[in-house]
Amino acid sequence: MKYVVCIKQVPDTMDVRIDPETKRIVREGIPSILNPYDAYALEEAIRLKERFGGTTVAISMGPPQAEAVLKEAISLGIDEVYLLSDRAFAGSDTLATSYTLSRAIRKIGDFSIVLCGREAMDGSTGQVGPELAEHLEIPVITYVSKIISLKETYIECVQLLEDHYETLRSPLPVVITVVKEINEPRLPSLKGMLRAKKTQIPVWTKNDIGGDDVQFGQDGSPTKVVEIWRPEIKKEGKTFTGESDELVELLIQELKKLGVI
Amino acid sequence: MEIKVNKEKCTGCRICVDVCPAGAIEINEEGKANINENCTFCRLCVKECPENAIEIVGEEKKRPQTELSQYKGIWFFAELKNGELSHVCFELLGISLKLAEILKEEVCGIIFSSDGEQKAQQLFNCGADKVYLVEDASLDQFRQDIYVCLLTELIKKYKPNIVLASATMIGRSFIPQTAARLKTGLTADCTDLTIDPETKLLQQIRPTYGGNLMAKIICENYRPQMATIRPKSVEEAKPTGNRNGTIIKENFSAFNATCRVDLVSKESVEQTIDLQEAEIIVSGGRGLGDGKNFDMIRKFAQLIGAAVGASRAAVDSGWIGYPHQVGQTGKTVKPKIYIACGISGAIQHLAGMSTSDYIIAINKDQNAPIFKVANLGIVGDIFEIIPRLIQRLESKG
Repeated sequence: MKYVVCIKQVPDTMDVRIDPETKRIVREGIPSILNPYDAYALEEAIRLKERFGGTTVAISMGPPQAEAVLKEAISLGIDEVYLLSDRAFAGSDTLATSYTLSRAIRKIGDFSIVLCGREAMDGSTGQVGPELAEHLEIPVITYVSKIISLKETYIECVQLLEDHYETLRSPLPVVITVVKEINEPRLPSLKGMLRAKKTQIPVWTKNDIGGDDVQFGQDGSPTKVVEIWRPEIKKEGKTFTGESDELVELLIQELKKLGVI
Repeated sequence: MEIKVNKEKCTGCRICVDVCPAGAIEINEEGKANINENCTFCRLCVKECPENAIEIVGEEKKRPQTELSQYKGIWFFAELKNGELSHVCFELLGISLKLAEILKEEVCGIIFSSDGEQKAQQLFNCGADKVYLVEDASLDQFRQDIYVCLLTELIKKYKPNIVLASATMIGRSFIPQTAARLKTGLTADCTDLTIDPETKLLQQIRPTYGGNLMAKIICENYRPQMATIRPKSVEEAKPTGNRNGTIIKENFSAFNATCRVDLVSKESVEQTIDLQEAEIIVSGGRGLGDGKNFDMIRKFAQLIGAAVGASRAAVDSGWIGYPHQVGQTGKTVKPKIYIACGISGAIQHLAGMSTSDYIIAINKDQNAPIFKVANLGIVGDIFEIIPRLIQRLESKG
């Protein structure tokens, strides 16, 4: 069994600050991190290997510095990694991104399960997983909160929907996107960190993965961003301090005004 | 098509580095801007560069497509919940009607159901012109492969201009696969849609970068133009009396739809109230200090008919299940009233609830960021306030 995990390097969005004068994002010193959801996908791949045997592979598409997240993957225990990096990939929307990933996964070959985080923290679209399945012509199970069993020909997992869980059985290979409920990611091991340090990350370009030229990068992206702006911050509300009883009374009045009681 | 920095003109002033929302620009050793693979082609740098040193060069290569003008009509996918139309259908209908006013195209609902005629009538009464209906006893249950097959084939056959769905877990699961099969563009989780008065293109507006920025996105060269709409972000269409509409029935067996994935079983979660549909949410956070203190949140919520939410800290501590988590790694909610109890308001939490209509925050730290988004902030101890609040609410009977 081969488990392929798609991971992404994202800006640590919680640190986004806006310069009040220029209205620009202050980028200075904002670290890039592994997309938090992808940590669950990496962990689950490693657990699958521990439970059922096989090989783990991680791939990431991004600029050369995105190799940092692949090194992180190795330090956690992933066996093989590849960085998909080429200026021709710039401007990829989810369709082009999923196409590019699918080309790399086909090149890796002989895979049983492709794992993705449910979405990336920066774009938060959650579209790459299901689109990837379509390019690979295999089924997809989104929002997986538990893998129950894995057999030679099928996988059984639990999908988390808005108000209930469904247990689904899919033939292999399959794409699954995972939610944080699925596991608790481990920390890197010392041995892993040493291995990560020593590993030269292989880089694959468009020529390495091959495919239809017009499906990569900006040309392969049907959607275009035409404008980006900063939303207005909500108006200032009122804040009250005082004795608890007064505050309770205030809340009761407010809930009455809002028609709640 | 490529984005290029003219090294002659570039002064290395770093303005582009700062404006790039993707963090895709660095200043290289020669002191010139260098744009890497993270570029999303948003063109902010092109606009902001004082030297006009950044330009888009080359023609866009396109895949062959059917004549775009053949695509007509605004479609929305009418999602079912427990066999009935979900309220999100009426939100999609509401925004579709707005778009139709400008485009002068018909508004059509798509229903996959065991029994759809009366549902179609509900949509007609709220303003829909037409309903494409596929009926089969199996269709009340969401099945990814089946839904993708049906929607794709309908789109190929009838060529709509715009296809909308809700950004529910179901919509976010099968719509991307549908768009990929059609090789067209899809914008996730839009909070608003408009029509460009000149080009008549659909302008899709969505928050991005954890809600720190808004983006306007178009799909110029491929059809249909597809988007998922975040629940509770647009007005619902209201019934306007008995109206007539056309039902176009498609025979389910003619699709030859097969599902590769089998449903083994279903299980409901702790609380049946759907957070994203709740009008009122009471959320608890780290300030509760212990899982058993969530009982007081549940009690308070129950008394005012609210759903129970939680911050990531509370979920990570194991005090309540993940389905209750509000925020960037949980659910995005927009209730009429959001009451945050003992939640400090980390940006990830705010990203999931700050667009609620009215926010009440109770926290003992007056500097907590939650107060910045709160309409009513109460600086106080939740362990004193909430039990007394419960007492008052109960004594009212």
